[in-house]
Amino acid sequence: MKIEEFQNIPAQKDTDILAALSDDGGRYNRQKLAALISPGAEKYLEQMAQKAQKITRQRFGNVVQLYAPLYVSNFCVNSCPYCAFNAKGNSSPKRLTVEQACREADILADEGFRHILLVSGEDRNFITVDYLAALAAKLRKKFSSISIEVYPFDQADYERLFAAGIDGIALYQETYDRSDYARFHKTGPKADYQRRLETLGWAGEAGFRSLGLGFLIGLSDWRTQTLAMAEHAYFLMKNYWQARISFSFPRLRPAENVDDKLFEHMISDSELVQMMVALRLCFADAEIVLSTREDANFRDNAAKICVTRMSAGSRTSPGGYSEKNSALKQFEIADDRSPAEIASMLKSAGLEPVWKDWDKAFTGV
Amino acid sequence: MSDKLIIAGREFASRLFIGTGKFASNKIMAEAIEASGAEMVTVALRRVDIDNPDDDMLSAIDRKKYLLLPNTSGARNADEAVRLARLARAATGIEWLKLEVTPDPYYLLPDPVETLKAAEILVKEGFVVLPYINADAVLAKRLQDAGCATVMPLASPIGSNQGLKTKASLEIIISQARVPVVIDAGLGAPSHASEAMEMGADAVLVNTAIAAAKEPVKMAAAFRKAVEAGREAFEAGKADVKQQADASSPLTGFLRD
Repeated sequence: MKIEEFQNIPAQKDTDILAALSDDGGRYNRQKLAALISPGAEKYLEQMAQKAQKITRQRFGNVVQLYAPLYVSNFCVNSCPYCAFNAKGNSSPKRLTVEQACREADILADEGFRHILLVSGEDRNFITVDYLAALAAKLRKKFSSISIEVYPFDQADYERLFAAGIDGIALYQETYDRSDYARFHKTGPKADYQRRLETLGWAGEAGFRSLGLGFLIGLSDWRTQTLAMAEHAYFLMKNYWQARISFSFPRLRPAENVDDKLFEHMISDSELVQMMVALRLCFADAEIVLSTREDANFRDNAAKICVTRMSAGSRTSPGGYSEKNSALKQFEIADDRSPAEIASMLKSAGLEPVWKDWDKAFTGV
Repeated sequence: MSDKLIIAGREFASRLFIGTGKFASNKIMAEAIEASGAEMVTVALRRVDIDNPDDDMLSAIDRKKYLLLPNTSGARNADEAVRLARLARAATGIEWLKLEVTPDPYYLLPDPVETLKAAEILVKEGFVVLPYINADAVLAKRLQDAGCATVMPLASPIGSNQGLKTKASLEIIISQARVPVVIDAGLGAPSHASEAMEMGADAVLVNTAIAAAKEPVKMAAAFRKAVEAGREAFEAGKADVKQQADASSPLTGFLRD
């Protein structure tokens, strides 16, 4: 896959856009997606959204699945300038022991969560495969699905993690543009673009059930990025056909130690909706995930269109659920409502909040 | 007096089975089940805490009125399906199982090899196995020989509402099967369900078409009537469809001249 191929998306004629819009198959092809994300498609946004809603209700039903992130370490060896955890800015990193992480998880379980996402910086000395496997073994008693959003491992590691009961992974490419990537990732293991690009495939090969894609919205041109991400997804779907792909939409947020002048390609709410619904029209069965990076108003409305998975009540610092501490947060969340409030918002929108949609019997021993 | 449907020795007055996914709330789900007249209700084990009596979804289903049919949705091979089935039986004592092995997470098409493998194991362990399959008549016979209580061939991809796309194959299965044939997946409208019953299916299973309807309760009632009408039509014996009126006998008329 070459990002260069997507650098210059040709202008889309109205007839291309209408053809893309009239295709009901919910399947991907590059021309269709290019038409749907083009500036000319903006005037059809309401139509696109209605179609995306219809497909989502038919394929997923009137439900939204809820999950919570659990930050286990904010230490990171990389120096990504857009992230508060970058090695230069983080003077007092915090890591949770397995026991501390379990205490945090207990709070999430009591709130109703059965799907949990373990998050960490690239903390290879502490957040090891052994650590994650030991934590997963304990979390399995209370959680039906455990996912990770940490740093790239190799395939043998993913096999061990899957055997330990971890079934999902999110690993964002940050930007698919090689020159932007090099600019933002100058040092540390993350400087290796190709390795990061191939990692989701290794997790797929190891048996992971959910492969999560995304790019940091704001770093590079979103239209080019969306096409590149779709090609990545399509490649994964063909090669790891037993895994379900999910798309996340991490729009950059204010964070400590981060200069928001970096966010050169920030997009409007309307463009974000266009991106989400265009992907839904091309990937009818992909999970569409929305985190608390987005505010309440945006989340409430997006949930009605095509979102199938949401986080709720998130804390983005290690220990953030059990302590009113001041450990460094990855970013400021924009929706601070409790899980119960999110659930009742969904209910009033005619959607069933689903806490459990997986079973630990599918993974591990 | 219509024939009763009997599966594994148990009698069912209703030939409509209903799925519990995709509803906007458990309350709507419970009302739709009631309106459908169904006696068999399938529940995805992945969606419920099967060993928790206070589970939201399970507690919305009256177990005295309905036979709960747990399903293994999400399993992608025989091992996973068998493991899930054993845990569910250990927790609940329910021996009935809708066996679903669907390694492709997009169209949820069933894996014939792994389904047969799992069915053979589970039947030996005493489960009442109702396998979800593609409309494959030979696979249906293999599963029947393995001791499955029914076969549940799909009409079209699950959740697609496309109706009886596999009709020619379903007709073969219906004509050959010794066990009840329950047409599952893809029935998008009461007319599809009715057509399936007119063809001689023993029952149908419907979920998305009801759950994703604007008024699920009303749609459940519509499916109930359609299934009953289709069954009655089947029992009544449909008159042949003719392409044209046949007033004369152009080839053999001379015999009577």
